[in-house]
Amino acid sequence: MTGRFLEDLKNYDGRQLKLMEVCGSHTAAIARSGIREIISPKIRLISGPGCPVCVTASSYIDRLTELARDGKTIVTFGDMIRVPGSTGSLYEAKAGGADVRMIYSPFDLIRMAADDPGRDFIFAAVGFETTIPVYTLMLDEIREKGIKNVRLLTALKCMIPVIEKLLCDGSGTDGFLAPGHVSVITGEKPFFETGKKYGVPFAITGFETDKLITGIWGLLKMISRGETGVRNFYPSAVKREGNIKARQKIEEYFENGNAYWRGIGCIPDSGLYLKKEYSGYDAGSRDLVKDEKFDVMCCCDKILTGKMEPVQCPLFSKACTPLSPKGACMVSSEGSCYVHYSAR
Amino acid sequence: MCVALPGTVKEIIDERYVSVDFSGNTVKAASGLVDVHIGDRVLIHAGCIIQTVSEKEAMEIEEAFRELGEN
Amino acid sequence: MIITMAFGGGGKTTAGLINDIFFKHLGNDILCRAEDSAVVEGCSRIACTTDSFVVDPIEYDGGDIGRLSVCGTVNDLLCAGAEPKYLTCGFILHEGLELAALERVVSSMALTAKEAGVKIVAGDTKVTEGSGGLFINTSGVGFIPSGRDISAGNIKTGDSVIISGCLGEHHVAILKNRMNIKNDVKSDNAPLVDMVRSLFKNGVNIHAMRDITRGGLATVLAEMAASSGTRIELEEGRLPQNGSVRDFCSLLGLETIYMGNEGKMVFFVPPCDEDKALDIIRNDRYGKNAGVIGTVTCEDKEGSVIMRTAMGGMRRLEAMMGEGLPRIC
Repeated sequence: MTGRFLEDLKNYDGRQLKLMEVCGSHTAAIARSGIREIISPKIRLISGPGCPVCVTASSYIDRLTELARDGKTIVTFGDMIRVPGSTGSLYEAKAGGADVRMIYSPFDLIRMAADDPGRDFIFAAVGFETTIPVYTLMLDEIREKGIKNVRLLTALKCMIPVIEKLLCDGSGTDGFLAPGHVSVITGEKPFFETGKKYGVPFAITGFETDKLITGIWGLLKMISRGETGVRNFYPSAVKREGNIKARQKIEEYFENGNAYWRGIGCIPDSGLYLKKEYSGYDAGSRDLVKDEKFDVMCCCDKILTGKMEPVQCPLFSKACTPLSPKGACMVSSEGSCYVHYSAR
Repeated sequence: MCVALPGTVKEIIDERYVSVDFSGNTVKAASGLVDVHIGDRVLIHAGCIIQTVSEKEAMEIEEAFRELGEN
Repeated sequence: MIITMAFGGGGKTTAGLINDIFFKHLGNDILCRAEDSAVVEGCSRIACTTDSFVVDPIEYDGGDIGRLSVCGTVNDLLCAGAEPKYLTCGFILHEGLELAALERVVSSMALTAKEAGVKIVAGDTKVTEGSGGLFINTSGVGFIPSGRDISAGNIKTGDSVIISGCLGEHHVAILKNRMNIKNDVKSDNAPLVDMVRSLFKNGVNIHAMRDITRGGLATVLAEMAASSGTRIELEEGRLPQNGSVRDFCSLLGLETIYMGNEGKMVFFVPPCDEDKALDIIRNDRYGKNAGVIGTVTCEDKEGSVIMRTAMGGMRRLEAMMGEGLPRIC
């Protein structure tokens, strides 16, 4: 069936459309599939603020490197390590002797901390709705085992507020590929409501090639039929109601607060922070409000919001490359600039 | 960020963890967000099961397509 | 027993270590002369190369740093069209290293050298402060038969691109412990001497070859395309795949085309030799899964590698940037 969908996407000859994916994993999957080059030029796929590393404010990175240089052990996912801060990246801190460790599963940290009680561990807990409930299970276990040497530096963000911010600011997007694994947790409802409120369609989409094609085709159909709201093209994993237990866990530990998005600024109530009663597990996440550019020419902000394409940035592939990134979009392999650079 | 892959639950380790197989890769995954049984297909993200994967997709998608294809 | 600084002192303890472990396993007529320099026979054109090995852990599924240190250097010599002949080795031992582990590594090195048909003719040992690890440097010399000319510069439009097996096995064998993922994937570390020798013996006109190590296939091909000024086109669907490696990579957000190997070769041969080459490679013990993965389609001054994806999309492959970090995000 996807063969027919792909033909439809190649042959599309209606009005010019701008479709935005707001998940970094979609950005990476689209680049890897090579789909952008074979579908009709009238369908433009643009990337939104869906890479947690890319939207993390500079003060967060600075705080992490400061803690690292202060002798704390920083535990993080891979991409975070190379993001530049005003005093360098974690990578550079590591080269200078700091203890920075990379893990796949946050649960590995529990064992690490239990085995080494004299060492202070700071976990760089970034992410959207998909990852936040994972941290709650980690906290459950840390509390139950009485582990005292782990704290979280959080930069946790919610997808809907930033999408609404884009819609308010007018990014000219005709429809969204809704993030498949965020939807696993949130369910269809938030996207339905936002879609109705702003009169745009959302297509919940998976990540394998056939699922991507299906989602894009579905979104195209929704647009042509003038539909708003949401349709689920990834029902094998996304239940209509989402994962209720996961959302309850989020509510147990976290509360909403203002969050600072790199290049976009403060979006009210778009972040999640550990509640007061758990503040002993926090490493100062609420104070991180500053965000500065390291190069005034950097256009990450416009790129993250779909107003500009990476190639239009004056630094792109000249002063700014994956080997010497000026902005976060060039760091993460899910960042739009990195992806565009790789596929030049 | 949200890299997640479907695998199969092989063993219940304890009340917190199960082992999940991905074509011969065994990962210890936290199971606190879903009720799982041996043999379930589950979606893993960052060492944690975030959902069970159902086989009803084909059916539901076809329904959606019939509707969308009609214009 | 463990290594202490005394083992590097140059006195009796050092001599004991050399006799009891190094000579015992690696000994041959040249090495055991124990002179300041080894003196060997030569030929008119020689290839020489050096490589250092710092892999952690030093023993992993399917191999160890000793085997690796022979394979890496031997395969580099093969890529120049040389018959590997002699190796030298420098050991940097860290205090605290278990003697038993060292002996396992050295004995594995000896077996691999024997398999590859090379002699280890000179060696050195130093001990540094540290935490029980071990580094090895090997340098190698190989003889190039007259008339043989293997170089990326010889790649021509129309050449077939053949790889000798599945991608990423060594990388997975190393990374799986660090990432706490269990599987049966073993390192592919292997000296490919027999495979390459039989290609030459059977008259396959190899234009260029390269072992696919750090940075993976994509990086190696990007470099070769650039230095030959050609455009290489691959078919994603034709890449030999190991299912466990594929899922391992997906779990961590990695891609097999950027994963390292230590016993895989990519060959460029004229299309008329494709069938013969593939047949020979598949008959080798390390080449069962070999396959033709693409062709050189045209000249391209800047050099480019394009992969036709499973869905028919075109994707440009760049050399790996930075370190291949696992990507959960």
